[in-house]
Amino acid sequence: MTDTTPSDVAIRREPRFAWFRQLLRDPLGCFGLVLVLLIIFSAIGADLIAPHDYKALDVKSRLAGPSWDHLLGTDNLGRDTFSRILHGGQIALYVALVSVGSSLLLGLVLGMLAGYGPTWLDNLLMWFFDSVRAFPVIMFALAVITVVGPSLETIIFVVIVTTTPGYARIARASTLATKNTEFILAERSLGAGVPRIMFSHLVPNIVQPLLILASMDIPVVITIEAGLSFLGLGVKPPTPSWGSILNDGYGFIRNTPWLVIAGGIPLIITTLGFTFLGEALRDVLDPKLKKER
Amino acid sequence: MLFYTIKRLGLAILIVCLAMLMLLSAIHLVPGDPAGIALGPRATPEMRAEFRALMGMDQPFLVQYFKFLGNVVTGDLGVDVWSRRPVSTMIGEQLPHTIALALTGLGWAIMLGIPMGCYSAVHRNSVLDKLTGVLSVGCIAIPSFIVGLYALLLFAVELKIFPAIGAGDAGDIKDQLVHLVLPGLAVGLGWVGYLARFVRTSMLEVMGENHIRMARAYGLSNRRITYTYALKLAILPTVALLGVGVGSLISGAVFAEIIFARPGIGKMVVDAVNTRNYPIVMGGVLVTTMLFALSTLISDLVAAWLDPRIRQGL
Repeated sequence: MTDTTPSDVAIRREPRFAWFRQLLRDPLGCFGLVLVLLIIFSAIGADLIAPHDYKALDVKSRLAGPSWDHLLGTDNLGRDTFSRILHGGQIALYVALVSVGSSLLLGLVLGMLAGYGPTWLDNLLMWFFDSVRAFPVIMFALAVITVVGPSLETIIFVVIVTTTPGYARIARASTLATKNTEFILAERSLGAGVPRIMFSHLVPNIVQPLLILASMDIPVVITIEAGLSFLGLGVKPPTPSWGSILNDGYGFIRNTPWLVIAGGIPLIITTLGFTFLGEALRDVLDPKLKKER
Repeated sequence: MLFYTIKRLGLAILIVCLAMLMLLSAIHLVPGDPAGIALGPRATPEMRAEFRALMGMDQPFLVQYFKFLGNVVTGDLGVDVWSRRPVSTMIGEQLPHTIALALTGLGWAIMLGIPMGCYSAVHRNSVLDKLTGVLSVGCIAIPSFIVGLYALLLFAVELKIFPAIGAGDAGDIKDQLVHLVLPGLAVGLGWVGYLARFVRTSMLEVMGENHIRMARAYGLSNRRITYTYALKLAILPTVALLGVGVGSLISGAVFAEIIFARPGIGKMVVDAVNTRNYPIVMGGVLVTTMLFALSTLISDLVAAWLDPRIRQGL
C-alpha cells in the first residue's frame, strides 16, 4: 500500500478530468451546463441582481410591458416580474435540492437493505416500491394536499415519497450485482461488519447511476413544484414561484401576454438545461444506462 | 397465455389495493386534522365529529381501509360532501371528456412522433436526425402546462384561430373536435418526443435484421423496405408503449383541463381539492390509478402476445 508510485496516482486521477473534458466536448451537454449555471447563479445572486424588491407594490404601473425599468414588465399588483423570477428560482432550486437529495439518500439506504438484507425484506420493499410507482404523481399530490393543505413542505413530502422508489430500485440492482463480487467476499472473510461493507464498500460502487438519475430528476421536481403552484396548490403568496407567476399571468392573459411569457421562460431554460446536462452526463459516465425510450 | 393473463391481472389488482393502502396511510401519517382543515377554524368540535362520522374517519384505520375497498368493489365511491351526489355518477360524467383529451394527445404524438422517428432512423446521423433528437428531448423536457399556456396565448388569445375555453357544444361533434386541438397538443407534446425516440431506436434495430438485408439484396426500393417491411415490425413495440401512454396522459390531462377550462376528471379533482371535497379527490385518484394500472396491464398483455418470451418472465 505504501509503494504508490507517482504514475499510479496519475492513472487513478486521470478519469476525473476525462469525464469533464468529454462532457465539454458534447455541444448539447455544454449548452445544458451553461443554462444550469445561469439559473444557479441568478438564484444565488437574486438579492444582488434583482432591480426591485420582489414584494414592492406599484399599483400605478400594474400589468406593464417590458421597459428599461421593469425588464419583464409587472404583474397585476405592479410587482417587478424580473425580480420575482429571480427569487422564484431560489424556491425552485431549494425544493429540487432538498427533495432530490433526500430521495437519493433514502433510496440508497432502502435499496441497499433490499439488496443486501434477507429475502422477505427484499420482497416487502419491492412491493412497497411497486405500489408507489402505480400512482400518477400529480393525483397523489392532490390527494395529500386535500388533507394537509398546500405548502412547500407538502410538495417536498410528495416528491420524496414518489421518487424514492426509483433510486431504491437502481441501488438494489447494483447491490445485488456487487454483493457477490470477490472484493466484498474478501472483506467479509476479513470479518468486516454489515454496516462497514454497506457504507464504505458498497456505496462508492453503486452511487454513480443514482447521481445520474438525480440530475435527470431535478427538472421533473421543478416541474411538479411549478405545476402545483400554477394550480394555486403550491407555495403560498407572497413567496414568488414560477408557477404562481404563471397563475397570475393566466388570470390576466387577455390583458397582457407578458406575465405568461415571462413566467414560462425560466421553466423552459431550467428543464432544458438540466435535461441536456443529465443526458450528456449519463452518456459520459455510464453508457450502459442509456435507456431507449 | 391464459395463465399469464390471470397472473398479470392479479398482480395489477394487488398493486392498486396496495397503492390505496399507501395513500390512506400517508394521509393518516401526515400531521393535521382533515376535518379541521375542511371545515375551517370556526367549526365547533361537534361539527368536526359529524364530518368525521360522515367520511368514516372516526373508525380504526384498517376498518376504514377494508370498508373503502368493499365499497369500491360495489361501485360505491361515497358522496360529494356539499351536494351529496354519488361520486361514481360524477366521475362517470367527467371521464369521457378526459379520455377524449388523452386520445387526442396520443393522436398528436402518433401524427408527429412516428414520422419524426422514421425519418431519423432512415437518415441516420444526418443534420435533420440530430435536430430531431434535440427536438424530441426538448418536447419531453418542457412541462405540459407551459405548452398549454403558450398555445392558448398564441393560437387562441392573439391569433384567435382556435377557441380558448370549454369543450364545445354537446351535440356538435365538429365544434368539440376543434375544442380538442390545443389541449390535445399540450397533453401530447411530451409523447411526441418519447415516440420519436422510441420509433427511431426500434427502426434502427429492425433495419439491421437479416430479412431487411435480404430485401435489399433482392433490389427492392428503399422506400418500400422502410415503410412496408421495417415500419411494420418496428411499430409493434410502439403499440405496447402507447398503452402506457393512455394511462399517464389521463392524469397528465389535469393541466390542460384547467388551462382550457374543460370539464374532466382532472378539473373535477382540482376543484374538489380547493373545496376540501375529500370523497371526490379519493374517487378521482382511485379511478386514475386504476386506469393507469389497466393501461399498463393491456400493454403488457399485448407485448406478451406479440413476444412469447415475455410470458416466462413473470
